[in-house]
Amino acid sequence: MQILDLLLCLILFPLIAALFLLVVRRDSWRSLIVQLSAVAIGIVSLMLLVLGFDKGTLLYTVGSEPVSQVMFFIEMILAVFIVCLGIKYRKSLSVVLILLQAGLLVWYETNMAGHISVGNNLFVDQFSIIMALIIGIIGTLICVYSVGYMETYHNRHKEIRDRRNIFFGLLFIFLAAMFGLVFSNNLLWVFFFWEITTICSFLLIGYSETEEATNNSFLALSMNLLGGVAFMVAIIYLAISDPSGNLMDLNYLLTTGKAVALVPAVLICFAGITKAALMPFSSWLVGAMVAPTPVSALLHSSTMVKAGVYIIVRFAPVLAGTTEGLIIALVGATTFAFASFMAISQSNAKKVLAYSTIANLGLIVACAGVGTYNLMWVAILLIIFHAIAKSLLFLCVGTVENRIGSRNIEDMGGLIVRMPKIAIMMFIGMAGMFLAPFGMVISKWAAIEAFITAPFGLIFIAILAFGGSATVFFWSKWMGKIISVMRDQTVIEDTVKKEKWAVLYILTGLVVVVCLIFPLISSVLIEPFVLNIYGQTARLAQANLTIMIMMLCLLMIMPFSMLFYGKGAQPPVPPYMGGRPMDDSMHFAGSMGVSRELVLSNYYLEKTFGEERLFMIGASLCWGLLLIAGIMLLGVIL
Amino acid sequence: MIPEPFVPVFYALVYILVAPLLGGLIAGIDRKVTARMQGRVGPPLLQPFYDVGKLFEKENAVVTATQNFYVLSYVVFMVVAGALFFSGGDMLLVIFAFTLSHIFLVLGAYASYSPYSHVGAERELLQIIAYEPMIILTAVGMYMVTKSFFVSTIMASAVPIILFLPGIFIGYLIVLTIKLRKSPFDLSTSHHAHQEIVKGVTTDFAGPNLGKIEIAHWYEYVFLLGVIWLFFAWNPFIAVAAILVAYFFEILIDNTISRVKWQLMLRSAWVIAGTLGLVNLGVLYYLRMVVP
Repeated sequence: MQILDLLLCLILFPLIAALFLLVVRRDSWRSLIVQLSAVAIGIVSLMLLVLGFDKGTLLYTVGSEPVSQVMFFIEMILAVFIVCLGIKYRKSLSVVLILLQAGLLVWYETNMAGHISVGNNLFVDQFSIIMALIIGIIGTLICVYSVGYMETYHNRHKEIRDRRNIFFGLLFIFLAAMFGLVFSNNLLWVFFFWEITTICSFLLIGYSETEEATNNSFLALSMNLLGGVAFMVAIIYLAISDPSGNLMDLNYLLTTGKAVALVPAVLICFAGITKAALMPFSSWLVGAMVAPTPVSALLHSSTMVKAGVYIIVRFAPVLAGTTEGLIIALVGATTFAFASFMAISQSNAKKVLAYSTIANLGLIVACAGVGTYNLMWVAILLIIFHAIAKSLLFLCVGTVENRIGSRNIEDMGGLIVRMPKIAIMMFIGMAGMFLAPFGMVISKWAAIEAFITAPFGLIFIAILAFGGSATVFFWSKWMGKIISVMRDQTVIEDTVKKEKWAVLYILTGLVVVVCLIFPLISSVLIEPFVLNIYGQTARLAQANLTIMIMMLCLLMIMPFSMLFYGKGAQPPVPPYMGGRPMDDSMHFAGSMGVSRELVLSNYYLEKTFGEERLFMIGASLCWGLLLIAGIMLLGVIL
Repeated sequence: MIPEPFVPVFYALVYILVAPLLGGLIAGIDRKVTARMQGRVGPPLLQPFYDVGKLFEKENAVVTATQNFYVLSYVVFMVVAGALFFSGGDMLLVIFAFTLSHIFLVLGAYASYSPYSHVGAERELLQIIAYEPMIILTAVGMYMVTKSFFVSTIMASAVPIILFLPGIFIGYLIVLTIKLRKSPFDLSTSHHAHQEIVKGVTTDFAGPNLGKIEIAHWYEYVFLLGVIWLFFAWNPFIAVAAILVAYFFEILIDNTISRVKWQLMLRSAWVIAGTLGLVNLGVLYYLRMVVP
């Protein structure tokens, strides 16, 4: 089979599945379609890996004219749709932005598109393959999980209109758009898919139709439309600077040298920053948690924000060594530090996950903005590890939320007793996010080693050192909460559905397995890609790899020590409660014969790491940086 | 003579075998000196060994069986971190293993779901985030002088590292106070009964588990003092002298300053890392990268 067929299959097949899902209303059929499509998409992405990993960059010509016409047509319909919604809900900002964007697009189509034709509309290289695997495996797993989740969700929330056909249709359109985004070589196509992801996420965030959900979905929409406008400006700039349209060819643009590419690169990176929810645009991703949890999982791990960092990493070679690139990197680094600090003060599990995502995206952008070869390597590594661990964590939180009816970390005390399997999976997911020798620490380590030789790297190392320690804090206290062994608890996880378990098991397995085989992933996919662009590549020292893998094995053996302690041990004694007599129900014997129940709560350090204050500081810093970049850009253009 | 590839393994083994003895001895000397400062005679030099021996004779009382796992992991990864360090491994990897081991201690304390160890665990975490940036900056400083993160290369360097990294060194000494659990930064668990909430992070550990934690501390002492050695690696005599002076200085501070609140600890650790450490690195960076 040709690789081109695989690409087209990955883009079109989810669309067909989406069409079916839009019309089907029977639960069993829906479940069947989702599962079959997931398997099919997963297999095709793996086939793409097998066939394409050693081929380098491949360019494909696909009938450009008719497809572009269709895309333009769809975009106009969507614009009208958004305008109608915007007027209905009185969201003038979104209306203005969509009109602006549509106006730019129409102007472009009428004045410029005529003499522009891009030879190769699709392409695939190792980076695209990595992204395709993330979308095709993690994205579809989340969809499979959603089937069970949404059933429980609607049983719990009777007040919410059951629009599951639209929900699942949107999920698969989202996946199709993501595939389109990572395979498109024509910038106009990239933009089209970019807009589709924006609108899909807008509709998914607003799924529950509550006032909060509607407001947050419009917040997400307007921020992403702002990025879309910047993207459109970049396209028009390119069309003006070279009327023949050669520069619309992404691959050509990236290899052509810096002078022309810098302005569009910065504009598109701005679009990437809005989509990746870096400060000052982080609020849309935090607000997006009103959506059903699988949507958050999808937005945070394999789609949406990953589209933002994908495009920035693509442009990293252009940004390398420029002041503009440095500024974008600083926006990323600032976001990393402040989002990590803000996560400390949050007790809402999904909010903690959201801030952690924002922080990690910041780190990826920091790497890509500086853009040296070894940082590019780190950025891609971060994308992979983050996608897996974060999707697992969201789905675990979703499962817990469905069971205990709360997403507050304080209510997750003793989860290890109540939902042992879920708790262990969450534990592994969190370990994946911040503990050696798991993925994110490998990346953090590689990032320190890479930044130290990069220009102005010291600033980034400092930010990484401080922000990184904050991540240790908020993950560990959450871990501590779920593993604290409380008495009088019963197991409540036996009602969780089979396919949910399957998804969670696979993701947990992936967290561990990818850590074990990441040297392989690196040497097969990441290193050739980086080598191809920079002529040199990075990797971790062999000795260190061996030690890491030994540590990982040691870590996996350690739990077996429990078996050893199990034999002939005495029954546990009660914890120390200040020397006062205490029964097993964890009550303090207080004065005057009062008995007080023990309640333990984590530190959230509101005064030091309060969300509002830190957001103000972080957002204003990032606005300032973006403003400087904007002024510099104007200087270049004029 | 040991064949070349086994030299690191040999050093690791030496650390694993000798460090607890050395660490226990250090703890003994510490207690003796502290006692003298307070006008007491103090326990015998080998008292820490007697204590730990006694702990292992006791029954293994636990609040939850998982505590055993966490404590064991704490010791194991502490040993791994130290062994990596002494076998000449990558400083950053050593730091990550070191953090991992402490997280296990914290988790062990959380697992018991008791008020005192809970407070201890939270405070231990605060201590971790207070010292970690400075330790990473220390490693980065070493890299900037010797162009390597590997302890073996740093050890072999003939450059007097301390002359390039005075700020980093002072910063390291200050976070060392946190790490050695010395007042004023002994928030999570203290040797001074008068300023302690029961026994902090170790409240709910007893018997052999407490003994293991004590042994892990000994391993930790040797590793932490080993880092001081790196600053003076070009001359072993000065290195030993520096370690002795630094440790004496820590004991002195321990006995003269009372415990502070966590805010002050976090702030002072971060401000010092942020000023002394970063300024030191910045100057070095400027001299190395910009001037020539």
